[in-house]
Amino acid sequence: MSNVLDPAQQLPADRGSSAARRQRFRGSASLGGRRAWVRRLPLLPALTYMIVVTQAPFVVTLWYSLRGWNTLTPGSDRFVGFTEYRQVFADPNFRSAVVNTVELTASAVIIAMMLGTALAILINRKFLGRGIVRTMFITPFLVMPIATALLFKTTIYDPIFGLLDYVLSPFGVHQVNWIGTYAMPSVVLVLVWEWTPFMMLIVLAGLQSESLEAIEAAHVDGANAFQTFVSITFPHLRRYIELGLLLGSIYIVQAFGEIFILTGGGGGNGTATTNLPYYIYEQAFQSFNVSEAAAAGVIVVIGTEIVAAVTLRVLSGLFTASEAMA
Amino acid sequence: MIGLLGGAIGFVTVLVGSAQGKPSASSVTIRVAVVSNSNMINIEKLTPAFEQMNPGIKVVYDTLNENNERSLIETDITTHANEFNAVMISNYETPIWAKNGWLVNLSPQLNADTSYDASDLLKPIANALSYNGGLYGVPFYGESSMVYYRKDLFKAAGLTMPLHPTWEQIASFAAKLDDPAKGIAGICLRGENGWGENLAALDTVINTAGGSWFNDGWQPQLTSPADEAATNFYVNLVRKDGEAGASNDGFTECETAYGSGKAAMWYDATVAAGLIATAYPTVSAETGYAYAPTGSPTGATGVPSGWLYTWSLSIPKGVSNEAQTLKYLEWATGKGYIAYSGPKIGWANIDPGTRYSTYALPQYKKAAGAFAGITLASINGANPNHPTDTNVAIPYVGVQFVDEPWFINLGTEVSNQIAAAIAGTESVSQALTTSQADATAVVKQAGLLK
Repeated sequence: MSNVLDPAQQLPADRGSSAARRQRFRGSASLGGRRAWVRRLPLLPALTYMIVVTQAPFVVTLWYSLRGWNTLTPGSDRFVGFTEYRQVFADPNFRSAVVNTVELTASAVIIAMMLGTALAILINRKFLGRGIVRTMFITPFLVMPIATALLFKTTIYDPIFGLLDYVLSPFGVHQVNWIGTYAMPSVVLVLVWEWTPFMMLIVLAGLQSESLEAIEAAHVDGANAFQTFVSITFPHLRRYIELGLLLGSIYIVQAFGEIFILTGGGGGNGTATTNLPYYIYEQAFQSFNVSEAAAAGVIVVIGTEIVAAVTLRVLSGLFTASEAMA
Repeated sequence: MIGLLGGAIGFVTVLVGSAQGKPSASSVTIRVAVVSNSNMINIEKLTPAFEQMNPGIKVVYDTLNENNERSLIETDITTHANEFNAVMISNYETPIWAKNGWLVNLSPQLNADTSYDASDLLKPIANALSYNGGLYGVPFYGESSMVYYRKDLFKAAGLTMPLHPTWEQIASFAAKLDDPAKGIAGICLRGENGWGENLAALDTVINTAGGSWFNDGWQPQLTSPADEAATNFYVNLVRKDGEAGASNDGFTECETAYGSGKAAMWYDATVAAGLIATAYPTVSAETGYAYAPTGSPTGATGVPSGWLYTWSLSIPKGVSNEAQTLKYLEWATGKGYIAYSGPKIGWANIDPGTRYSTYALPQYKKAAGAFAGITLASINGANPNHPTDTNVAIPYVGVQFVDEPWFINLGTEVSNQIAAAIAGTESVSQALTTSQADATAVVKQAGLLK
């Protein structure tokens, strides 16, 4: 793991020899076109495919974002410069979608990680039927998001026919409109249910790669279980947790199906669960405002790039730090 | 993005098409996009009869739920991908799309074909599908709105439902019949977001209270006293005596709740009568029917308030095999299909609200006599050109929508606000203030308001 994720570690050495690296690079360019291309050839199909499926649509999206195209308004498909971008920024729903996205992603990822870590620690112990229990814990991650959301909406949250109402009614909680009144928590709960197994798996991998000698040494030194966990296990798990948080955020930021089924973007002040993907969907497929949707898409891509760059830098810094600590 | 999407849809279509076995050289495949309502599911099952009568024509359906079908068709038509020979749209889209030149004018051919009998189509429905005197869609089924109520529960409570109730009466019945201990709501009303969901019902309450979306200068009226009083009334009624979780309930949820005995009244589409009769016979046996309630919350009388809606079939301009497609349209919306489908799917369940002749059929009268008359009279009574009080001047057409292309966007935003008010996460006045601001921005952007 550390070998894969630790280019940063080799960075100082590399930095010193950047002149050498340039030399090497120039050398390969002058190798003669033919050999270089023979070497690149096997890569070309994949590269072409990548460009066609990711970069070409992005360029088309850029093009649309500078036009005023609403498919319902004939004659609107003409160049309007940055008008659509201004409109996106002026739209209070866009601004609230940014906040909602952060709120939704952060709460789902953090809660799923806490539960996932707890479950991983449990599952890491040996007990009868561990295999079955582990499989059952993993199952929620394998159910399709739309199916999960539908099941939660109709069989759990429903105030008339739902299980939640049935279970809580002896305690005087009856006919509560869960989705309507607690829209954001309802969506977060479904996401947590889906993503806890993923977090659990990653942390479990961390736990199982922990060196037993270190723990034994701690025992010999007289550390109790809690001290061992805080001083030995947790620092070891830290990079696994960071990886889980990063991957979880990447996926949950795109949450769509759960919102589509459960709330339709509503709740709270009317748009409390409209995250950025859902906002763009509404612009494109409910308002048919193709250009505004494209502009919002471009803004989101730029925003994501910035956040991702900062996050990766911070994380790789953390990796180096934890490496140094170890 | 849309272009690529259209291309992708086209590509998939080609794959699917070729996977379905090659038709013989002379045969023609008609692709139809329809909404997955039960009436459409029925016609899919009965279409082999059409294919037998017309050996050269094969019909392939693309069935999707309402929102997805709308975006699919919208994408297909606006990008001129023309994947569908016929599309199922409503009286909201038809006049707008006809004006944009996207649909085929069916009048010349239908008028020439006496066996189709275009003059038999219900006038209000046909008018709602017309543009400049031409018919651009043929109705598959048509509907207004009405009240369903449980006669047994009314009798037990010593109440009598008038044939033409007022909203004031409905509210007092709901208060008396609401019985949370038994899990029976006083009334089931739509609360789910979506312009075709909670706004459809609420708009009729606003209309009959003398409110409107806009005044004749396109100034939004959502915070006007009439709109505000009507919205407060609706939201309070559903919060106090309506079904639990109303802010998630649309037509389907209310149908389930009422059909399984969880509501004493239900105000919704007239087409539900046939569905209840077929799917929930025990509740149907105890069901009484009344006209859409009228009047303002303060007791003033109001105009008849039933809405007007139809799912209809249109042919996009420039598609291939127009003649064969028209043949299919004539079959699906003709007298012959109604007569053929009656015994197969149950007479109460046939596609209502399209033809005068349907209401003269003895079998239909026998099976649907209790509600057919109200449906017909409600459709005839709906006035999309002036849905509200005669003294209130308005610049738009439409009972439960504003027939303008930007309305989908505005309607979705406003319906989100109403759903939030029904859920109680914001107040009615907050919801209406936000909606008013949205509406002002939209009409300004459309250049209608300075």
